[in-house]
Amino acid sequence: MRFVVTIQRRSGIADPEGVATTRALVDLGYTEVGGVHFGRTITVEISGDDPGEAERRVIEMCERLLANPVIEDYRVEMQS
Amino acid sequence: MRVAVVVFPGSNCEHDVVHAMSLLGAEPEVVWHRDTDLTGAAGVVLPGGFAHGDYLRTGAIARFSPVMAEVERLATAGRPVLGICNGFQILAEAGLLPGALVANRDLRFICRPVHLRVDSTASVLTRNAIPGQVLRIPLNSYEGNYVAPATDLSALEDDNRVILRYSSPDGTVADADNPNGSTNGIAGITNDAGNVAGLMPHPERASEPILGSSDGRILLESFVASLTPVPV
Repeated sequence: MRFVVTIQRRSGIADPEGVATTRALVDLGYTEVGGVHFGRTITVEISGDDPGEAERRVIEMCERLLANPVIEDYRVEMQS
Repeated sequence: MRVAVVVFPGSNCEHDVVHAMSLLGAEPEVVWHRDTDLTGAAGVVLPGGFAHGDYLRTGAIARFSPVMAEVERLATAGRPVLGICNGFQILAEAGLLPGALVANRDLRFICRPVHLRVDSTASVLTRNAIPGQVLRIPLNSYEGNYVAPATDLSALEDDNRVILRYSSPDGTVADADNPNGSTNGIAGITNDAGNVAGLMPHPERASEPILGSSDGRILLESFVASLTPVPV
């Protein structure tokens, strides 16, 4: 099974990469761009045959290691 | 007094920390991150570098190293624990200090001396310093931008736990003096008990005249002076 974890900076936390990229896009002429936010995708391969249990475990992995709750939110989706 | 200087794969400042601590009369010992025996250590330093290559997030993997359970136990017991640069990042990931360190505002690795104003002497790192004192110390980092949830930030400020702030040479704190965009110009903080401290700049690199500045000595002296004997 494969789970896709999407990690995003929490709003209010500085995202200098986002700010720099917004500026770059606007400079390129995309003046309609109001904001850019960088996140990260982590794909986790899980052995086993219980998707519910596997998803619970991946969420636990996010809580413990993959995401820092001080600065990040996460989303877990199973890849079909 | 024995001080454990923890080395993770990718740490690179342990020798400078050991050298500076030795000059001040402490007995620093390098401890590998997989060692779990810190018996006899009166204090702990997590030095700078790139533990685990900063993979996933800086400090994210190091905080789970076997040695960290012992470091946390010593911190909870009130022993002096100091995180320098990457060490500060690891303490933040471990939850021993609030907040997090993210990419510098201008997305540049900063490698130059900065000025720090001592804003609180209520920590093992600053107790021997004079409030308002300005120190010239090297900064060497890409992720030195301190952020924290509003409640943690208020608590830090209200409880006088911001110990060092980026400043001008004459001690004013303004945006122009902030090299990395750190919230409120925060360069170093401490916990409630004042025994766990973290800072982004490197005091060990400003500990002797030949290094261009000895301003870091007062910080390391404070730490060494905070060490108390370990019962045998």
